[in-house]
Amino acid sequence: MKYIDEFNDPDLARRLLDEIRATATRPWALMEVCGGQTHSIIRHGIDQLLPEQVELIHGPGCPVCVTPLDVIDKALEIAARPDIIFCSFGDMLRVPGTDRDLFRVKSEGGDVRVVYSPLDALELARKNPGRQVVFFAIGFETTAPANAMAVHQARRLGLTNFSLLVSHVRVPPAIEAIMTAPACRVQGFLAAGHVCSVMGTAEYPDLAEKHRVPIVVTGFEPLDILEGIRRAVHQLERGEHRVDNAYARAVRDHGNPAAQRMIEEVFEVTDRNWRGIGRIPASGWRLSEAFRDHDAEHRFDVTDIRTEEPAVCRAGEVLQGLIKPTECEAFGKACTPRTPLGATMVSSEGACAAYYLYRRMSGGPAPRGSRIPQEEMNPVG
Amino acid sequence: MADLATEAALGATKAPADAAEAPVDPASWTCPAPLRDQPVVVMGHGGGGALSAELIEQVFAPAYGNPTLATMADSAVFELGGARLAFSTDSYVVRPLFFPGGCLGDLAVNGTVNDLAMSGARPAYLSTAFVLEEGVEMAVVGRIARAIGSAAEAAEVTVATGDTKVVESGHGDGVYVTTAGVGLVPDGVDIRPQRARPGDAVIVSGPIGLHGVAIMSVREGLEFGVEIASDTAPLAGLVAAMLAVTKDVHVLRDPTRGGLGASLNEIARASGTGVRLRERALPVPDEVANACGFLGLDPLYVANEGRLVAFVPRDRAEAVLAAMRAHPHGAGATVIGSCVEEHPGMVVVATGLGGTRVLDLPLGEQLPRIC
Repeated sequence: MKYIDEFNDPDLARRLLDEIRATATRPWALMEVCGGQTHSIIRHGIDQLLPEQVELIHGPGCPVCVTPLDVIDKALEIAARPDIIFCSFGDMLRVPGTDRDLFRVKSEGGDVRVVYSPLDALELARKNPGRQVVFFAIGFETTAPANAMAVHQARRLGLTNFSLLVSHVRVPPAIEAIMTAPACRVQGFLAAGHVCSVMGTAEYPDLAEKHRVPIVVTGFEPLDILEGIRRAVHQLERGEHRVDNAYARAVRDHGNPAAQRMIEEVFEVTDRNWRGIGRIPASGWRLSEAFRDHDAEHRFDVTDIRTEEPAVCRAGEVLQGLIKPTECEAFGKACTPRTPLGATMVSSEGACAAYYLYRRMSGGPAPRGSRIPQEEMNPVG
Repeated sequence: MADLATEAALGATKAPADAAEAPVDPASWTCPAPLRDQPVVVMGHGGGGALSAELIEQVFAPAYGNPTLATMADSAVFELGGARLAFSTDSYVVRPLFFPGGCLGDLAVNGTVNDLAMSGARPAYLSTAFVLEEGVEMAVVGRIARAIGSAAEAAEVTVATGDTKVVESGHGDGVYVTTAGVGLVPDGVDIRPQRARPGDAVIVSGPIGLHGVAIMSVREGLEFGVEIASDTAPLAGLVAAMLAVTKDVHVLRDPTRGGLGASLNEIARASGTGVRLRERALPVPDEVANACGFLGLDPLYVANEGRLVAFVPRDRAEAVLAAMRAHPHGAGATVIGSCVEEHPGMVVVATGLGGTRVLDLPLGEQLPRIC
């Protein structure tokens, strides 16, 4: 496939891995910020192929996971109302609120619909003038411009039955919060390429300077990720801490000015809660005063919903590399892939699930380096 | 309100004086897990994954479980009056009713024919039961009925009995069809998931993911501009061609809902063996890979309606593969991996770069990801 296969080439990957191995003389801990990068790393087994010295710490860049509980509960409350068509990205439907999820609301008669774009939700509003259409606007800087555009269009078309439930988050304040955390082990960042394709790189030099960490703008295909790691390790070994763009085919330094203007017109910066992490100052966006009449929280009067987060597992410590999954008391006992206590045990991509599964497979504790002999894989020919 | 949420999250490690001021403590990070013990039926219970399996294990099996049902194969095999019969039933609730490459009627015949064929049976007779919603156009019912007729002819089965019910407007989704079927299992044939053995070659009969992507491409709200046709096809002829090479085919499965990933997990668990796949050997058409990349789906979990996966003894694999490739419905057959002693009950994929990943049983249906 054009522009995909070229960035998935095993020979080039091996060359990059050799270079990383030759460069890294000491242990380095890098954080990939974006959930999409984490997905790609685990899917291709990149973490297993890296030399021992280079550790990847998975960052908080999954917008679904960090959407706070009270916002999910607000979504559930709104979606359950009879006059509402509630539209969402598909993977939000399974995220639990206090006592149910959007699938439950749907099964109980709520009109919950999976859409791929906020503009699809806008189209539903146009076709159903007698009903209120709400779009669940979550995500980082990547999804914000399209969501802003939907509100902008609704205003232009006079679609008063369209509103957004907004829970947008921003990457730079999260990096600041991570670097000022007492237990921080992160020595370098792979910045999220798609976020930077919108926002550019201007927000990062101050962070790199202040915390003395290299920040490498990185893409999502295997070679993109390896190149990001190579450049970050290269800087670390030389004691440098610059912003470097390793995803130049998609990211310009100034980003996408039209998208930024759309965000500025519709949203304003606000403090946000990150589920399981806490409150991070200036880490999100909400609809600005001028667009408040398209804000579902106000329109449906759910601003007062406050919730208490349920008991937590130690997934956070696992994700930070502070403990191994096997050191958690619940691991393999109360918490298994069939009865997960945390998201890290839910999918085969979670650190705990990987440990659980690979431990049974290899008899050893770590997934790193387990390979399948090629001859076993090819019984015919 | 400086965050009851944050305080609860931090409670296990330390109590912040003021969450709004306190530094973020990464040790408290956590992610929400999906709800599992649903007190009501949710869509995931029909997704062919872990939720479907739990519904069977926790509700149906305790109510009327028996050794025949416990095989958990695509069709039940039993002796009756001296004959070895395969018996299967399936309900079809696809939306939209007509899609590129077929319609509800084709699926209703081919799906049940294939479930019978996965026991090695020659399908013989089908029943059809229609649930029609008041107000659905007669022309639509007619098109589906004619599709059932042509599909039955192509699969060489007789529609021997049927039933019709009508429900009030708003209480159905146009047309639902349930078919059941019986077929004869040839002597010496014993095909079931428990028979997978280490050393077996794992063969898939052609490109994967076409049906699921074809349906998604025309579903409301997700329309995208690729013309991919469903792979819906009857597979009994292909199975007969394989059995003509050797009766010792160990396992057959048609990877419908939940895709190849769910089928291989079920086989690994039923047989207590491991399955290893080579990612680069997987026949994923470009259109499917593109659509899945765009929607954030894994082609290994996307439904097929005209494919089978076979576990065949290694020394017969080459001959079986040749016979499959000579058949129109197996022209794209290829070896994708093998059955192993290691990691029993698990499916492991060797990635193109040389790493590995575990391919788990999906929870419910796949959801398009945000990014």
